[in-house]
Amino acid sequence: MKTINHDFHIIIIGGGVVGCAIARELSKYKIKIAVLEKEDDVGWGTSCRNSGVVHAGFNNRPGTLMAKFCVEGNKSFEDLCHQLGVPYKKIGKLVVAQKKEELKDLQKLKQQGDANRVDNLQIIGLNELKRLEPNLVGIAALYSPETAITSPYLLTIALAENALNNGASFFLNTEVKDISRLDNSYFKISTNRGEFTSSYVINSAGLYADRIARMAGIKKFSLYPCRGEYHILDKKASWMINHLVYPVPQDGTGGLGVHLTPTIDGNILIGPSNEYINRRNDFSSTFPIMKMLSAEAYSFLPLISSGDIIRSYSGLRAKQVPSSVGGFWDFVIEESDTVNNFINLIGIESPGLTAAQPIAQRVVNIINKKERLNSNFSFNPFRKGILKFEEQDEETKKALIKQDSNYGEIVCRCEKITKKEILEAANNPLGAKSLISIKYRTRAMMGRCQGGYCQTRIMEILREYFELDPKEITLKGNDSYLLNGYRSNKENNQSCQKKKLLSLEEGLLV
Amino acid sequence: MMSEKEVIIIGGGAAGLAAAVACKQKGIEELLLIERGGYLGGILNQCIHDGFGLEKFHISLAGPEYAQRYIEQLLDQEIPYLLNSMVVSLTPQKEVVVMGSNGLQHFQAKVVILAMGCRERTRGAIGIPGARPSGIYTAGVAQELINLKDYMVGEKIVILGSGDIGLIMARRLTLEGAEVITVAEKLPYSSGLPRNINQCLYDFNIPLLLNHTVVDIEGNGRLSGVTIAQLGKRGGIIPGSKQKIACDTLLLSVGLIPENELSLEAGILLDPITGGPQVDQRGQTSLPGIFACGNVLQVHDIVDNVSLEAEYIVEGVAEYLRGKPRKECNIKVELEKGLRYVVPQTLNSLKDTLFSFRVNQPGEKKALIFHDGEKVIKKKSFPRVNPAEMIRVKLSSRELEDLKSLKVRLV
Repeated sequence: MKTINHDFHIIIIGGGVVGCAIARELSKYKIKIAVLEKEDDVGWGTSCRNSGVVHAGFNNRPGTLMAKFCVEGNKSFEDLCHQLGVPYKKIGKLVVAQKKEELKDLQKLKQQGDANRVDNLQIIGLNELKRLEPNLVGIAALYSPETAITSPYLLTIALAENALNNGASFFLNTEVKDISRLDNSYFKISTNRGEFTSSYVINSAGLYADRIARMAGIKKFSLYPCRGEYHILDKKASWMINHLVYPVPQDGTGGLGVHLTPTIDGNILIGPSNEYINRRNDFSSTFPIMKMLSAEAYSFLPLISSGDIIRSYSGLRAKQVPSSVGGFWDFVIEESDTVNNFINLIGIESPGLTAAQPIAQRVVNIINKKERLNSNFSFNPFRKGILKFEEQDEETKKALIKQDSNYGEIVCRCEKITKKEILEAANNPLGAKSLISIKYRTRAMMGRCQGGYCQTRIMEILREYFELDPKEITLKGNDSYLLNGYRSNKENNQSCQKKKLLSLEEGLLV
Repeated sequence: MMSEKEVIIIGGGAAGLAAAVACKQKGIEELLLIERGGYLGGILNQCIHDGFGLEKFHISLAGPEYAQRYIEQLLDQEIPYLLNSMVVSLTPQKEVVVMGSNGLQHFQAKVVILAMGCRERTRGAIGIPGARPSGIYTAGVAQELINLKDYMVGEKIVILGSGDIGLIMARRLTLEGAEVITVAEKLPYSSGLPRNINQCLYDFNIPLLLNHTVVDIEGNGRLSGVTIAQLGKRGGIIPGSKQKIACDTLLLSVGLIPENELSLEAGILLDPITGGPQVDQRGQTSLPGIFACGNVLQVHDIVDNVSLEAEYIVEGVAEYLRGKPRKECNIKVELEKGLRYVVPQTLNSLKDTLFSFRVNQPGEKKALIFHDGEKVIKKKSFPRVNPAEMIRVKLSSRELEDLKSLKVRLV
C-alpha cells in the first residue's frame, strides 16, 4: 500500500452532498482542503439514495436548524443548481388527505410552514386537487408551490468537481481508521491509504459520523441506520402525476410517509419506507416492504401497475433518534466542546440535501470566526455538466456529431446516451471509474432495460479508456468485480489461469 | 434532404435479414436495412451453440453460421444496409430518422418492416429482493461477455428461470469451468425447450428445481450468496423451504420483452400479452404500411420460425406495394380456453393465413379447434403441447371463405 503523507489546513471526512458542499464553500478561501471518502466516488451513502426533493420547510419544527436551513436552502437552491449545471425544477408538492380526520393535520402543517416562513402555502379542496392531479385519490391537500426537485447525485458530483477545480483535494477509496492529536494543534488521521495531518477536522461522515467522533474521543453521539426502500417506475408512467405527492405525515414515524416523486429525469419514485435496521451497509430491498410500497402508491394512484416498476433500491437515514423514541432530532452542527478544531455534523438526515449549502455556510462561519480566512479571489462558482445530447435540437445534434463522431453513437438506447457522454463521464475530474460512477453521471443503464444492452459496451469503453485489465472493471469500486475468474488476488489468478488453459485446449479462447 | 425508399427494415438480426432477402426476391429494389450494432446477425452472433436451422436448412448450425447464410445472400444480392446506425424516430407517415457517426439521416419509406427483436426482462421488473452487488447478469448479457468478449462472468453460479438462454448458459458456463449449482424455476414446468433441458441440464447433472425462486441476494461488493425457496400452489413461499446457496453469480433467464419503444412512439397499438404489435393476417400493424416480424412481434423459441415469419409477412408487403385491392373484412380472432395468445389478432382479408399460438400450460392429447359460431372450420390434434413451444397452424383461403367470426380453443 502506497503511503501518502499530506498536510492540509482542513480535512473533511465524508464526500456526501454536505461534505462536498463544505469543500466548495471552503474553496472560496485560501486554504488547503482535502475530502476523504471511503467509497470509489462521492455521494454513494445517503446522498444518492433519496428522493431528490428540494423541500420547502414546512415539515420541520419551528426554531430548529432543520427548519431554518431547509427554508434558506430552498430559496438559494435554484441559483446553486444554475451555477453548477445541475438540473432543477420547481414542480410543487401536494400533501394529500384521504380521510376527513387528516384535514386538521393539513392545517397544522400549514401553520408550521407559515411559522417557518415558507412562501405560498395553501390548502386546496377537492376541485382544485382534481384540477392539479386528475388521477389522484384524495379529498384535499396542502399545496406547496415552492417545493422542487433536483438530481441528488449530480448535485453532489457537481459540488465536488467545482470544489476540486477551485483547489480542494479529493481522496477516494480512503477510509479513516484512526484519529489522534499530534500536539495541541494538529490532527493525525490514519487511513487505509496512509496518513494525513490537518489543523481542523470536519466530521461529515453521515451514517458513520458517530464512529468518526469516537475516534477523536467524542463519545456522546449515537447514530441508527433507518432504511427507506424505493421503487422506480418506467418513464412511460410519468404522465400520471405532475407534482410531488405525499401522504399526511404520521407523528413519531421519523419519515414523511411513502410518497410519489417525479424525478428530474422523468421517472416516478415510490417510497421511501421507514424502518430501523441493524447494519449500516445493508442497502437491501425486502419483499414485504416492496409489496407495501406498491400497495400504498396504488391507494393514491390506482393507475400504477407493478409492470411499471423497473428497479427497486434503498437508502439509509443517519438518525440520532433511537427507534424507541421516534420522530426527528435536530441537526447537530458544532465544534466539539472537548476537542478543539473538530467540527461535528451529526444526524444530517432529511432535509439534508436541501439544507446542504446553508449547513456548509454555517461550518465555514464557525471556522471563520476563529481564523479570519482569506478570500480566494480566483474562486469560480461555475461548473459545466456533461452536455445531454438527447435534449438538443436537431441542428445542434447535427453540429455536435460533425464536431465529434462519438456523439453519433448511442450506447444506452433506453436513455439515448451517446458514447461521447460516456467518455466525458469517464474523464471526470475526480477520477471515478466504476460502472455506477458512469451511471450517475450520464444516466446510462438507468432505463427500462437496466443495462441489458449497454452495460457490456460501457465495460469495453472503460477498459479501453483507463487501459484496465478486465479483472479491474468494477460495478462500484472495492471488490465489486464484474468478471469473476478475473480477480486480482492470487488464489483467483491461479484458477483464472487454469481456466484459460482449459479453454485453450478446447480451442475457444485465443 | 430526404431519401426515398420502398422498404426500410429496422433491425439486422434474424428477422431483418430474412425480410430483406425475401423483399429482394419479390423484386423490391429500393431497400434499406438499418442495424444499430457494428455487425449483421444480431443476437445470433453470440449464440455459438448449435441447433439452428433444423427446420429451414435441415442441418444443425451454430448461430453465427445460420446468420452467415443470410448475410451472404444479402451481400450477393447487393442489398444496401447501414451499420452502427440507430433509428431514433419513426412516424406514422413512415419517415425514418437514423443516427450514426456521419450524423442524422432522414428517409421516407413506402413500407417499414419492424424487426428490432427483443430484450431481456431484468431483476427490477420481476422484483427480486435483497442487496445489489455485482455478479447479477441476465443470461444474454453473460452470453455476450463470454462468447463475444472472452470474459468469464463467475465461478459458482445459480440460474433463475429455465428459459432457453438460461439453459444454454448453464451448459456453456459448465464447459468454461464454472460450477452451475442449480437452475431454479418459479413455474411447475420449464419454460425452455425440452431438448435444451436434456442437452444442457441433464447431460451435465445440473439440477432443475421447479416451483422455486430466488427470495434474497447477499453481498456488498461481489455477490456472495442467494436464498432460494419453494413456492406453494398459490405462489407463496412454503415455510421452512428457504435455503442459502453460496455463489458469486446469479444469472437471470426470466423472459423476453419485444423491443417496441420505437413502435410505441410511432403510435402502433400493441398486444398486452405478446408485447408486440397487433397485426393482421400478413403482419401489418395498426399503422398502414408498417409491418412487424420476428421477436419484435412475438417471442419465438426457434430462429427458423423467425426467418419463416419474415418471409411470410413480405408477401403482404409486396401486395401492399402493388396496391392490390382486397376483399375487406374485419374479424377479430377470439381466444377461448387453454390459449394464451394468438398472432395475428385480426383478419382484414380472407386469404391463406398462418396463425401462431401459445398454450397456457403443458398438456397431452390436445386439439386446437377453429370455429365460426357452430361451424368447425378446422381441428388440429397434438400429442402434447407446451407453453415453451409455439404452435403454428395455417388456414387456407378456402377454409376461411365466408367467415363471419373466428374463435379458437384448445381441448
